[in-house]
Amino acid sequence: MDEATLTSSLLYLDGVAVSFDGYKALRGLSLTLAPGEMRAIIGPNGAGKTTMMDVITGKTRPDEGVVFFGGNQDLTQLDEAAIAELGIGRKFQKPTVFESHTVEDNILLALKAPRSARATLFGKPAPDTAERIDRILATTKLTDHRARMAADLSHGQKQWLEIGMLLAQDPKLLLVDEPVAGMTDAETMQTAELLREIARDHSVVVVEHDMDFVRELGVKVTVLHEGAVLAEGPLDQVSAEPQVIEVYLGR
Amino acid sequence: MLTRRLLSLLDLRAAIAVAVLLSAAVLVPILLLATPQNFPLHMPPYVVALLGKYLCYAILAVALDLVWGYCGILSLGHGAFFALGGYAMGMYLMRQIGTRGVYANPILPDFMVFLNWKALPVTWWGFDWFPYAMLMVLLAPGVLAFAFGYLAFRSRVTGVYLSIITQAMTYALLLAFFRNDMGFGGNNGLTDFKDILGFNVQSDETRAALFSVSALALIVAILIGRYLVTSKFGKVLIAIRDAESRTRFIGYRVENYKLAVFTLSAMMAGVAGALYVPQVGIINPSEFSPAQSIEAVIWVAVGGRGTLVGAALGAVLVNFAKTWFTGALPEYWLFALGLLFILVTLFLPKGILGLIDHMKRRTAPASIDGDVQNGATAAR
Amino acid sequence: MRSVFARVFLTLSLVLMLAPARAADVDLKSALSGFLADSFPSTQKAIEAVVQSGSSQAPAIIEALQDERLYFARDAQLVAYKTKGGELREAATGGPVATTPQDLKQVRLNNRLRGIVNAAVGALTLMSSNPERRREAANAVFKSRDASTLPTLDSAIAKETDPATRTALEQARASVILAKSDSSDAQKIDAIGVLRARGDQDALAMLSAVAAGPETLEKSAAQAAAAAIETRLALWRNLQNVWYGLSLGSVLLLAAIGLAITFGVMGIINMAHGEMVMLGAYTTFVVQEYCRTSAPGLFNYSLFIAIPLAFLVTGAVGVVIERSIIRFLYGRPLETLLATFGVSLLLQQAVRTIFGANNREVGAPSFMSGAFHLGGLEITYGRMWIIVFALVVFAALQLLLRFTSFGLRMRAVTQNRRMASSMGIDTNRIDALAFGLGSGIAGMAGVALSQIDNVSPNLGQSYIIDSFMVVVFGGVGNLWGTFLGAALLGVANKFLEPFAGAVLGKIALLVFIILFIQKRPRGLFALKGRAVEA
Repeated sequence: MDEATLTSSLLYLDGVAVSFDGYKALRGLSLTLAPGEMRAIIGPNGAGKTTMMDVITGKTRPDEGVVFFGGNQDLTQLDEAAIAELGIGRKFQKPTVFESHTVEDNILLALKAPRSARATLFGKPAPDTAERIDRILATTKLTDHRARMAADLSHGQKQWLEIGMLLAQDPKLLLVDEPVAGMTDAETMQTAELLREIARDHSVVVVEHDMDFVRELGVKVTVLHEGAVLAEGPLDQVSAEPQVIEVYLGR
Repeated sequence: MLTRRLLSLLDLRAAIAVAVLLSAAVLVPILLLATPQNFPLHMPPYVVALLGKYLCYAILAVALDLVWGYCGILSLGHGAFFALGGYAMGMYLMRQIGTRGVYANPILPDFMVFLNWKALPVTWWGFDWFPYAMLMVLLAPGVLAFAFGYLAFRSRVTGVYLSIITQAMTYALLLAFFRNDMGFGGNNGLTDFKDILGFNVQSDETRAALFSVSALALIVAILIGRYLVTSKFGKVLIAIRDAESRTRFIGYRVENYKLAVFTLSAMMAGVAGALYVPQVGIINPSEFSPAQSIEAVIWVAVGGRGTLVGAALGAVLVNFAKTWFTGALPEYWLFALGLLFILVTLFLPKGILGLIDHMKRRTAPASIDGDVQNGATAAR
Repeated sequence: MRSVFARVFLTLSLVLMLAPARAADVDLKSALSGFLADSFPSTQKAIEAVVQSGSSQAPAIIEALQDERLYFARDAQLVAYKTKGGELREAATGGPVATTPQDLKQVRLNNRLRGIVNAAVGALTLMSSNPERRREAANAVFKSRDASTLPTLDSAIAKETDPATRTALEQARASVILAKSDSSDAQKIDAIGVLRARGDQDALAMLSAVAAGPETLEKSAAQAAAAAIETRLALWRNLQNVWYGLSLGSVLLLAAIGLAITFGVMGIINMAHGEMVMLGAYTTFVVQEYCRTSAPGLFNYSLFIAIPLAFLVTGAVGVVIERSIIRFLYGRPLETLLATFGVSLLLQQAVRTIFGANNREVGAPSFMSGAFHLGGLEITYGRMWIIVFALVVFAALQLLLRFTSFGLRMRAVTQNRRMASSMGIDTNRIDALAFGLGSGIAGMAGVALSQIDNVSPNLGQSYIIDSFMVVVFGGVGNLWGTFLGAALLGVANKFLEPFAGAVLGKIALLVFIILFIQKRPRGLFALKGRAVEA
């Protein structure tokens, strides 16, 4: 373990391996994310992108390897809720919002506040709650829809609501899985803008297939292949590397 | 402040339900006790006992609705919590019989004398003292639900699996309570009660009082339910129902929420059982049978799950139908019940209250938004 | 009494060995004349004489006497017996009696004479020409331990050629010797060896008696032998428990295997599954009723008619349920649970209305009744065939899923419905057929269950929870898991029963499974990975 890198990093993965019934989803994945950094992860299907997210958020326990957050928090020892409380937010590939809650309540539930049953049952909301909700609704352009049921939103709006919920959590690190899947071009560009804005004061990891979108983000790219890092660097440099071309086109 | 919070719990439906129950709590005793036999609205004692029984079922339904309707936990074992509460009350009532039993043993209930037991088992200690018995009414189901839920929710047993193991739980208890050496009266259960708090359980006055207490208990159950589901806690429950893992990823400990609501609901069911026993006059292991628990689920489904008031309404309606059928067409009750299960799940997934919302929306298209809004609030 | 027996048998055995067959005919006639006197002493002499005669007619005569079927007519000087069919035969020759004499009277017996007759029968059957009868007689002596039979036993052993019968005779002899106070130590120790080789509960009882007795030379030998037998018997008891457990497991497997398809593979929770089993059992009942009234000759084949019929009937019911209810509820498992519970109530009540609420009698064809021994195991044919049937059904199902195009399509649909659909598979049809298949197997299970359980409208209820437990325990979506789950739960149940009793054992298992599911929510053989999470 590289002590210097570990302590200076926000997220530190080293030699992470996960297998399901003999299928190796991750084999020795190592990745380091600096505080405030935005990173795009690309890779063909089955490269291990979603499994990596699962490991970071505590859904899947790695068979081997270390996962540290903020230099000192061992994520492999914590469950989802604890990891979320540490400040890691996750957006799923398929938009998952609470369909029978209003847009406003969705944000309210995600808003950073005590999470215990006792607090939600007997506690009083913080005085700035309404203000924070308003701000997030404005950022995600959902102010006009605040009283609507989340189920009634369009696909793009649901994606944004979910990003809004991530913002409400005010996490140190955002994990965003294919945020523009199924979006129109205009929505895609707007989403890219939204993410860049968020990246100003958060660290972000974006998993995406859409190369135009990744180009639009203009950040460092990590290419995953068969559960390990294949290449890392700016998009143009990475996409010129022969083994990347082989993985993407050579099949 | 408190009254304001209380009032905020009463949406239109809850308000109607509370009003109806309050007037019943007053009127029914009057109709039973203060009207002459030939008065057209006079209520014979058996009708009062029957209505009281419906109300106990309604409390059970509200308890079940809290876990199923709001948190998505389909418990097929809630009858077990109901029965445990009932047994706790039954044990108190047995101890009140004293020397009036067949064997006139001042300490041991008849069935223990019959089994040649010499001393009261530990499980029965203290049950002659009413407050202790009432504590057990809450604790017995509460502790079982807590232990069961702690194991099940922590290891993330969900959905149908959870339903099946709750069913296995009540089935195991059914088998256990059938055994004589469990010390709870075996096959025959507990019956032949005489007094409750010094009043004759059979007397009209006691019946009237028990009915009123049941009505009040139902009001309290609905209010507790409303308090829960209108709080942020309730919003988290619904979030868990709709997207459990999403709820985890935004930092809520889902298992704690489930455990809290499951345990509370079990205690509520226990209270329902405790009120049920003196009005029906018997508690036996058949209350543990899995079919009983599933029947309670259909009450909730019929009334409309996730509405609390609807669950209570469903319990009363289905049980009224059961009473009518078993009197008039006993052969056909199970046909009717079976069809009810099928038709409600196929055609009335939101129950009667859902249907009312739907019809309102149709008849008043102009005010669609307002109604959707109301319906949505009510559905919480 | 003893001395009388001893005399009878001593002379008897001598005569049997020595008397030439010719002389017997003459002796028999004079022996029979003793019955004409109609006095007990004379009858006693006659019995002894008949036995001594060694005639081939002797066993028939003495047996007739034992059953009080022996008659005499003083005027006609006739002694005759009635066969079990009631036909009158002349005692001396065994030939039919032409005209029944007027004064035909029964030969009377008192208790003393009955004792003598019984002993005579035992002795005669020890020498019977039928080896099976000889074995029975040997076993009778083994239990009675009558010292007076010893000479007869010795001579029978000397003559015996059938090895199994010879062993039985030797064991009888050993038991007698051990009981006799004046046997020599060497004889007794030999006898202990013989009993040890026999090794059953009876032998153990005899040896334990000696082992608990006064300090003698043979005591330690008996102790060692008893201990050896106890170990052996314990082993057999365990094996017998395993057998009972496997038998229960096969029943569980039959009931659960259909569920493993509908619930495990298709993800449909069918609460009416138990009622499918019940319908299968009633199909068997109807088939048997038809056989009884219209075609008695077919009764023995009734199960073979019922099995395919039950499959078709319940399979068809299953398809109807799937098409009319379940298909509208795909993806909503809790609603499916409720709706199918409604179906189960309907089916129960329908059967109750048609057939009545009481248990219906379903008979066992001849090949299903009886039992045989395998070492120390008692194996009933009924249970054995049910195990075989369960294995056959399981194997057939595996083959069907693996090697037929229907199985291929079904697996495709369960793995990826949309993909399968776009490959041109009619998913609706596969759903219906798969559900029908699961239900049909439940129906066949019902046929088997009708042989060992009460056929009543509640039959299904008693199996549904157990079936779910098996499927969940074994691991959903894994037929082999179901197979092993059924066997393990069956055996565990039978091993718990002696310690805890049937009910507590069952409760213990339920609690175990509830706890087990907490540890491994997806069963013994869970599929892992992303596909499952969806």
